Amino acid sequence: MPPVQQKTRQQTKMKQFIYFIRKEFFHLWRDKRTLFILFGMPLMQILIFGFALTNEVKNAKIGILDNSKDEMTTEIINELEASRYFDIEENIHSNADLEKAFQSGRIKMAVVFPDRFQDELMHTNKAPIQLIGDATDPNVANTLINYASAIILDYQEHMKGFQQYPYTINSEVRMLYNPQMKGSYNFVPGVMAMVLMLVCAMMTSISIVREKEMGTMEVILVSPIVPIRVVIAKMVPYFLLSSVNIASILLLSVFVLEVPIQGNLVLLVSECLLFTVTVLALGLLISSVAGSQQVAMLISLMGLFLPTVMLSGFMFPVENMPIPLQVISNIVPAKWFYYIVKNIMIKGLGFTYVWKETLILLGMTVFFMVVSVKRFKTRLE
Amino acid sequence: MRALRILLEKEFRQVFRDPAILRMMFIMPAVQLIVMPLAADYEVKNVKICIVDYDHSTYSQKLTNKIVASNYFKLVDYTDSYEKALEHVEKDEADVVLQIPAQFEKQLVKEDKSTLFLALNAINGVKANLGGAYLRSIISDFNRDVRLDWIQMPRFNPVPLIEITSLNWFNPLMNYRFFMVPGILVILVTMTGAFLSALNIVKEKEVGTIEQINVTPIRKYQFILGKLLPFWVLGLIILTIGLIIAYVIYGIVPVGNILTIYIFAAIYLLAVLGLGLLVSTLVDTQQQAMLISFFMMMIFILLGGLYTSIDSMPGWAQTFTKFNPVSYFIEVMRMVVLKGSSLYDIRSHLGIVFIFGVVLNSFAVWNYKKRS
Repeated sequence: MPPVQQKTRQQTKMKQFIYFIRKEFFHLWRDKRTLFILFGMPLMQILIFGFALTNEVKNAKIGILDNSKDEMTTEIINELEASRYFDIEENIHSNADLEKAFQSGRIKMAVVFPDRFQDELMHTNKAPIQLIGDATDPNVANTLINYASAIILDYQEHMKGFQQYPYTINSEVRMLYNPQMKGSYNFVPGVMAMVLMLVCAMMTSISIVREKEMGTMEVILVSPIVPIRVVIAKMVPYFLLSSVNIASILLLSVFVLEVPIQGNLVLLVSECLLFTVTVLALGLLISSVAGSQQVAMLISLMGLFLPTVMLSGFMFPVENMPIPLQVISNIVPAKWFYYIVKNIMIKGLGFTYVWKETLILLGMTVFFMVVSVKRFKTRLE
Repeated sequence: MRALRILLEKEFRQVFRDPAILRMMFIMPAVQLIVMPLAADYEVKNVKICIVDYDHSTYSQKLTNKIVASNYFKLVDYTDSYEKALEHVEKDEADVVLQIPAQFEKQLVKEDKSTLFLALNAINGVKANLGGAYLRSIISDFNRDVRLDWIQMPRFNPVPLIEITSLNWFNPLMNYRFFMVPGILVILVTMTGAFLSALNIVKEKEVGTIEQINVTPIRKYQFILGKLLPFWVLGLIILTIGLIIAYVIYGIVPVGNILTIYIFAAIYLLAVLGLGLLVSTLVDTQQQAMLISFFMMMIFILLGGLYTSIDSMPGWAQTFTKFNPVSYFIEVMRMVVLKGSSLYDIRSHLGIVFIFGVVLNSFAVWNYKKRS
């Protein structure tokens, strides 16, 4: 073959490829409703979850059974009420009331003062207070009891007639990275991982199956275009769409949720783009495995949603999980991405701290791509 | 009535003929219910601590030993450089840094007063708060030991002492799984029901078979009912499988009456499926149906109180949860399974979800047009 002819063949191939990408763009562009959802959904989610999701405990409803009703119990109750952790539920006058309030879920914790609390404290120097937590949610119960104990102990330290002990150790506490203890610092990187993961995986997972279902796949199969180009052409429009989403998510995080980007912006954006490609490739893999749109969607949503939320480490600490799950969590791409974003965005660390995780994402991408191209059948069964 | 029966027969056949969907409908929730609760453990334990000791005294040794001996902390590094400790935090190898300053013991003995520095990784606020609280309680314990070394305590309490005792009701062992399993089951039932019903009508639109139904004398409400009932049955089957898994694997036996759960679930499923069908009548393609219903589900689920407590959400989000059917079912499930609440206790939940069901299904019937 003379070299000139070879060159023109190359050009036609390139042209084919570009036409193919254009075709995919048209698909995406013409479905305005889907497009609207794809742009709107991540924004809404980052806003809703950024503001509403927090595992801080505040304004928890508590019941108080004050059998003593003296000066001191009133003071302690005031202290509890003044803290931002507790809201006091009125109308509790007996053990039966207390039980009913717990039963119906109206209160999360109860503080029980015995009768003659102050008398006993003043005369025997000792008096009990009972804290009862609703341990259906053990975490909240534990936290509330800890907070309440701290408030009561604080009150005791500053009680009238109390003199300072000698040999006192003070502790000074510094909150690193998140001095205001805002929940969004933890959740924004997590929500970013979740939103990108789900939008990208779902969209691409449908795209190939859809052609199969509609029958247009046959047209593609008889065309001279090679599988890898079909697969890549499918990714391009969604990749661009995701880039827009990444930009808007970052803007919202910084200006609306006030989560600053401490690290290098270029590094952060490139990591986001890398993750997008990983997930797009995962979506294509699902697409080449699934037989119908319904199956593809069920896999990419049901199959990816819970593992992403639960195993990526932003809701539940990975080190608490049983060992087999810790191992499994390693194959969840969102876990690595969450780690990377947290380190760059919140801690402000550089590439030297995340290169291993970046490499893992890169490896996953290559793996997904290779498998989905291999599985892309050039004939219909 | 006959029309409805025939329609139901068609729907059931369609569902059972697709083994891939059927498999996924039952196996995926089952697997997730078995695996996911194992991951759901918020409990703060094994807080990783790094101790920076500039003092190297008997007291700093004693304090270190006391911290290591407690069950809460895992000592990552014992060093004399704060920079090194901070690097551990940066790499996520440590959560807490305790810095014992030089002259700590000397100051304590000579000046009656000394200060320790704690630095907590506060990205996860809860962990930081609890880790800090544990550490401070160990320090104050240590403080008491030190005082005992130096002063003769009187036999009786010299100062008033409030004794705090705590009790954990409903779940005395503080088992997190009792809390998570019922909630995850709700989510799985909801997701399967909502997605499948949302995809159903629109699939007929996409494939074109809806035209055939439109020319039959089947009434609109019969059509919707025919779509609703098969998934309603499937939803209850998934719930049953889930409850069996909860019992066999996690040993969870509902404290309350199991019938209460079923009564609520029956009505709840009507609401969820109604929502799915409404979406299905609104959209043109399966893709749109999936996106919209997924978008709603994600918000419903994450704001439903399974993962984070509704009480700590801002006001507008709490108002929103009043319109969130998922949050009602999660609450009811926990109330019945863990606290043994009765039908009477959950009557308001039941009423509200019933209204949801009626409204959503009427909308779906109204919105379904027999011509394109």
